[in-house]
Amino acid sequence: MLNVNNLGKKTTHGEILKPLSFIAQRGEITSIVGPSGSGKTTLLRCLAQLTPITSGNAKFDDQDLRELSHGEIGLVFQSFHLFPHLTLLDNLTIAPISQGVSRRVAEEKAMHLLKQFSLNGKERRHPSQISGGQKQRVAIARALMMDPPLLLFDEPTSALDPEMVNEVGEIISSLQDSKRVIILVTHEIRLAERIADRVLFLDHGILLDNLVSTEFFAKNRSKLSKRAQKFLSNLS
Amino acid sequence: MHFSDIVPSLPFILEGVQVTLKFTILSLFCGLPLGIGVALSKLSNSSILRAIATTYVAVFRGTPLLVQLALIYFATPQLIGYSISAFEAGVIAFSLNSAAYTSEIIRAGIEAIDEGQLDAAKVLGIPRRQALFKIIFPQAVRNILPALVNEMINLLKESALVSIIGETDLLRRAQIVASEKFLYFEPLLVAASLYFLMVMVISFFAAKLEKKLAYA
Repeated sequence: MLNVNNLGKKTTHGEILKPLSFIAQRGEITSIVGPSGSGKTTLLRCLAQLTPITSGNAKFDDQDLRELSHGEIGLVFQSFHLFPHLTLLDNLTIAPISQGVSRRVAEEKAMHLLKQFSLNGKERRHPSQISGGQKQRVAIARALMMDPPLLLFDEPTSALDPEMVNEVGEIISSLQDSKRVIILVTHEIRLAERIADRVLFLDHGILLDNLVSTEFFAKNRSKLSKRAQKFLSNLS
Repeated sequence: MHFSDIVPSLPFILEGVQVTLKFTILSLFCGLPLGIGVALSKLSNSSILRAIATTYVAVFRGTPLLVQLALIYFATPQLIGYSISAFEAGVIAFSLNSAAYTSEIIRAGIEAIDEGQLDAAKVLGIPRRQALFKIIFPQAVRNILPALVNEMINLLKESALVSIIGETDLLRRAQIVASEKFLYFEPLLVAASLYFLMVMVISFFAAKLEKKLAYA
């Protein structure tokens, strides 16, 4: 499990994340929701080791996230960040090959994943030649190449057409696995409601709610913080 | 028009093409690595390297190439007693000058790459060196290629400046023929056409290369 303990982030612009704690279990999808500017993405970037935390710690099965080896944390970016000059196949294999996996093994795994995400036959294409939804799936496949036990999604639907939301939800659900912790940052509340097991509500860098999904989305909102109630009412 | 009068001098003028090309290619080969070095210094974390690179670019962009050429050609013998040839002075001046311009092209090309590319490489655990050589540089090359070709074409045309310090390049040879035959239009037109032809050849191959580097 992922154990976040008093994790805080300060920059020259102020305190982006007030020290916050939560636990995310294996086999569950933990969704982090909140208005834009609430610090969701910063929290995810802290977990992915893209930006240093300034207080507290985050542990995965008692091991500090900073000590995890490469490839144990998978992150799917909001705007995918595929490598435009590489084919889809090379986008998937570049990381494992750079870490000493043989090309043959890496390509076998990549072809398997591309097939799993209905991208077979497209392995020689470049990212510019496929649709947004397909890019998203390539980005997910790329993150899965090293079988990360911690898989993070940053706003996976915001760069896609609205009708793609359900499809992305299905894909993320399908990745749910007893060995894997999935964190889903989203402002697409319908997506969280549909697939999350637990919902964290973040506002102004403060973790205000931490509830199982059914409680967070219950008709009776009395368990929710005022801010979360307001956030949900504004959406509906 | 007396083109027939200069036909015997054509081989002499054509030899200038070789001089001009040798000159351009040598300057490019010295200037490009220097430009890469200056660009990387500008992007480095070291404030000393950045300051040196910034000063370098300011000096060589801020003074006329002709003045740099004259300084190197005429001042070198006075300062260190080495009687530098026009060709050597030319290659040095053009390399130093072109490095200043190419460094800015390269820097902009690298800076234009989305920071997310490095983030993605980092999350995927791709070592930084490999991320630079396999992800950043290939994209940068594609970004800077058109501007770099421009710089190469500039270099080729500006190489005519060496005729001023006496190097027998294409322009100089045309002028020599002109003064021998008292015919100016014909030899100069031949020289101009040859410059044009060389630029066209470079553009043709550059366009091909650009197409090849395009992402499918």
